[in-house]
Amino acid sequence: MAQPVSSKTYSRPYAEQPRGVLAFLTRLQGGTRFTTTDIFTYLYLIVGTFVMFAPVLWLVLSSFKSERGLVEFPPTLLPYWQQTVEVEGYDQPLELYDVTLEDGTVKRLAQVARVGIMARLIDPANPEAEPVQVNINQRQAVRYVNFSLQNYQEAIQKFPFLTYLGNSVVVTVAATVVTLLINSMAAFGLSKYQFRGRDTIFLIILSTLMVPVSVILIPAFLVINEVGWVNNLMGVIIPGAATPTGVFLLRQYMLTIPDELLESARIDGATEWRIYWQIVLPLAAPALAVLAIFSVMWRWNDFLWPLIVLSRTELFTLQVGLNAFQGDLNVQWHYILPMTVLTLLPITVVFAFLQRYITTGIATTGLK
Amino acid sequence: MKSRGLFFLLIALIVLSANLAAAQDAVELRIAWYDDGNEGLVLQDLLDRYMADNPNVKVVIDTIPYPDLDKTLQPQVETGNAPDMARVTDVSRYKGYYLDMTPYMGDPEGWAATWPEAIINWMRSDASDTGLYGFMTQATVTGPFINRTLFEQAGVDIPAGDSTWEEWVAAAQQVAEAVSSPDNVVYAVAIDRSGHRVWGPALSMGAKFFERDADGKPIMDDKGNVIFTADSPGFRAAAQMIVDWHTNGLTPAEVWVSAGGQYASGRDLFTNGQLVLFMSGSWQVGALASTIGDLFDWEAIPNPSGEGGSTGMPGGAALMAFKDTDHPEEVTKLMEWLSSAEVHREFVERALFLTYHKTLTEQGVDYQTDLPSAKKSLDVFLAEIPKLSDDAWVLQTARNSFALNIGIRERLTQAITGELTLDEAIERIQQDVDEQRASS
Amino acid sequence: MTTLRETIPDSIEIPRPNPISRLLTAVLGVFDYVFEPLEKRFGFQRMAYIFLLPNMLIFGIFILLPMLLNFYYGFTAGDSILLGNRRFIGTDNIAKLLDCASIFDPSTCNQDRFWRGVGNTGLFVVTEVALIVVFGLITALALNRKIFGRGFFRSVFFYPVLLSPVVVALIWKWLLQQDGLLNAIIIGAGGTRVPFLLDGGWAQFWVIVIGAWAQMGFFTLILLAGLQSIPPDLYEAGQIDGTNPLTSFRFITLPLLMPTMFVVLVLSVIRAVQIFDHVYVLTNGGPGSATLYIVQYIYTTAFQNRNYGLAAAASLLLALVLMILTVFQLRLGRRVDAA
Repeated sequence: MAQPVSSKTYSRPYAEQPRGVLAFLTRLQGGTRFTTTDIFTYLYLIVGTFVMFAPVLWLVLSSFKSERGLVEFPPTLLPYWQQTVEVEGYDQPLELYDVTLEDGTVKRLAQVARVGIMARLIDPANPEAEPVQVNINQRQAVRYVNFSLQNYQEAIQKFPFLTYLGNSVVVTVAATVVTLLINSMAAFGLSKYQFRGRDTIFLIILSTLMVPVSVILIPAFLVINEVGWVNNLMGVIIPGAATPTGVFLLRQYMLTIPDELLESARIDGATEWRIYWQIVLPLAAPALAVLAIFSVMWRWNDFLWPLIVLSRTELFTLQVGLNAFQGDLNVQWHYILPMTVLTLLPITVVFAFLQRYITTGIATTGLK
Repeated sequence: MKSRGLFFLLIALIVLSANLAAAQDAVELRIAWYDDGNEGLVLQDLLDRYMADNPNVKVVIDTIPYPDLDKTLQPQVETGNAPDMARVTDVSRYKGYYLDMTPYMGDPEGWAATWPEAIINWMRSDASDTGLYGFMTQATVTGPFINRTLFEQAGVDIPAGDSTWEEWVAAAQQVAEAVSSPDNVVYAVAIDRSGHRVWGPALSMGAKFFERDADGKPIMDDKGNVIFTADSPGFRAAAQMIVDWHTNGLTPAEVWVSAGGQYASGRDLFTNGQLVLFMSGSWQVGALASTIGDLFDWEAIPNPSGEGGSTGMPGGAALMAFKDTDHPEEVTKLMEWLSSAEVHREFVERALFLTYHKTLTEQGVDYQTDLPSAKKSLDVFLAEIPKLSDDAWVLQTARNSFALNIGIRERLTQAITGELTLDEAIERIQQDVDEQRASS
Repeated sequence: MTTLRETIPDSIEIPRPNPISRLLTAVLGVFDYVFEPLEKRFGFQRMAYIFLLPNMLIFGIFILLPMLLNFYYGFTAGDSILLGNRRFIGTDNIAKLLDCASIFDPSTCNQDRFWRGVGNTGLFVVTEVALIVVFGLITALALNRKIFGRGFFRSVFFYPVLLSPVVVALIWKWLLQQDGLLNAIIIGAGGTRVPFLLDGGWAQFWVIVIGAWAQMGFFTLILLAGLQSIPPDLYEAGQIDGTNPLTSFRFITLPLLMPTMFVVLVLSVIRAVQIFDHVYVLTNGGPGSATLYIVQYIYTTAFQNRNYGLAAAASLLLALVLMILTVFQLRLGRRVDAA
């Protein structure tokens, strides 16, 4: 940077401010009055908010719909469920319809059966009477808005959510702790010591930064097998812990810590380990926080590697479980949607509480 | 100090979770399984009963979606991490890794005699192999379903049993045109996105996928791979037919076009009443019975005829034992129990499956459904089994036919989307098959 | 234990310990007992190796070793995954991949799907990176203004970054399918149903848009950090020299943002080349091979066609291209830094 950042607060009279759309292109900020630029900014941000959130919101709204409501076209915005009624002599509750009879009157009847385009309905108040046969187009379902948890209850029965959640949490937490520890140690070694082969090691780490794990699944599996970690959460936690990104990010950050600090600590008789954890780690905290966020995101969302390593259902993570369910031959949206919501819920809640910390953390540390 | 305690707690947590997988008390047997319909639930029910009678054994089913099954199974099997048992359709794939149950069986000859020889041989490596490795949880045969209610609503006569594909599709098209409305498009026909599903119609239209030697045996290379040829007038006709369905809008693009590199089925559309003719197979009956129920009348029809006769593809899902198991005796005992006439009868009757079990095919099975549609379909499929051509059996059991299967699926899709011409697609299928033989 | 705070000059500000770092440092104190004897034995300079050891061990075993094995796979054939059961065939696999009459027409290549994947990936990288940079920059500029609800908007744009590829794909699949909300809106407005995921061009379009949707927030934050590190004095000085907003954007903001832009460019290109996960669930490479990208080609060649050798050879070519790209970018980076 050319100059140190001035601590002086930056303010000028309104008249001098650039106006219009062009002002948007500079970092100069609007004054107390609402300018055209402000309008465009808010317009952009509101449209952006819609684009970012609407797909997720639609998923959440849809997840409450009944199985039949989900295949309806055009879809309704809110989840509608069909009104049912218990009728004596029938095991299952019957669905209610408003039926237009031949004489033009409309009557509320319960459907007993439907064959092709014809439906047979009875009067729930008088189930003994002769059933009415009508074309299905002459009946209108009686529906009501209902944020029913029925889908969720059924999905949880089919989808051992708590087991998967537990595995995901164990994997994410353990892997993040290990990642932070070993990556920061390595970064410390690479940034604060002179030794033979240092640059070579750094280059090797950097060169693997670009190779995606998805192309080395088979050889990696062979290695895991030799170690004996197939069908073991260790096989998911450990291999990904030595992240090249993490070492790179932390090393770059630690390079900015002045070496004199370490020297004076050494003169005071501090051991190398204590220099690492009492000086360097606290100073690298912003970068560590960013790596922690990345690590949590990577591990929580990882699915290809766990899919290969874990084949026992009690070891599945949420992503593997969700992928397993959506990959099934029978696409059952009324289960997939609630499961998807359940899968994105934990990380959304964590984000909601920590969002300021996370976004400012990434924004201030960046990737230098 | 408090934080040190926390640290040890964390270590303990990691160690604990690591050992979770290793923890065992009773003999634990694992079955890798996939589901088409309700058969997983039926199996669980049977196993619960078995475990109640055999408290020393715990059986766990790991359900994996069918498209991921072989993908995860292959590395596990080859590295010695196979489950004790697995439900597989590509039986040839894991030959050499199966457990020979003969030494642990009470009556191996008697057991073998309850299954057709072709099935027992399919699981064996070569003619000298006398091992017994597994049994068929279900027999399958491919063939089309129709939505009878739509035919009735359209007032179109259902073609006779020996009609050709052309006649069937023409009728289905008439139906689709009559019952379609702008807000509910009904398609005439769909075929599962699988080379295996195309083989039946292709063979019926006279396709020749391989040559035979003087003894009538398929000609193989020195590695035991059948030498397949893609280009024959029969296959060309079948391929052209499927491409034309797409260009003429007779079939929904969802099945072949949008599925990308994997298997896909038209079942959802058929279930929603948006499909007149649905080419799939007998394993769908259970699922159709539970999702359609009596919403409309549906039934299987005999495979349409052509120059090559009228054949579907045989097949089945085998439950195979793997030799990695630490408990061969318990595995064998469970397999014997599951394949016994009594238990297997309950399984197929509740799951609505065809079976190869000789006792059951002789006595007949009484399917547990009130649906005339399901009963009729199963009867139709049962009648298809004796009609299966020899070529169909060769295709089903050859160890390298998977390459032909995938080749047809992927290349035909490219022909449908216009990336390749049909000629190029057939050339590419040939190349795919040859490449697999060369690299195996 | 005495703290080392007093040894540190006051000009260096150690951040106020937050719960996470406090926990971490407390836990790490335990290792003193392990490392002190080691340091006495080896001397402090050699401690570097000890610090590197755990990371390099895991890195070597689980990343480097598989990559070397993969290298060997690329020169073998066979349908077993066990190296012992595979035949060495030299460079046949690579030759097969490169066997092309004209690389501009994939259908003339022996491995047409590989080259289709290469072409698709190229198109994807260019368009997605462009989308991310343009919209990321606009969003960062907007968020850099003194606006009401800045923290809220920043979080909103970042939120999709948190979602897993499986979840992202399912969200959009639900929206884009034939009977999905988007088609309902189009029909409601008097249009006709659009085959969003059934037409090659549309599928490519959506895969790119969804990729940008899911990742833009991350790059926006980095760009925002870059914008905020530009000293306001410069604009003031520019004002005196008579700049207008456009020229100050052109001559102050853009040049000073260059290093950040460069980071964004490098990272987004790396991620775009590796595109796989959300496409795997959304279209699985279809329709036809319209959204077949290199990694997907490698994945299906290995797991579906069981041609592990060819898949490994393709991944070697991919690695080579990525390495050239890295060197090129590092060169470019040096130029940017120098400027």
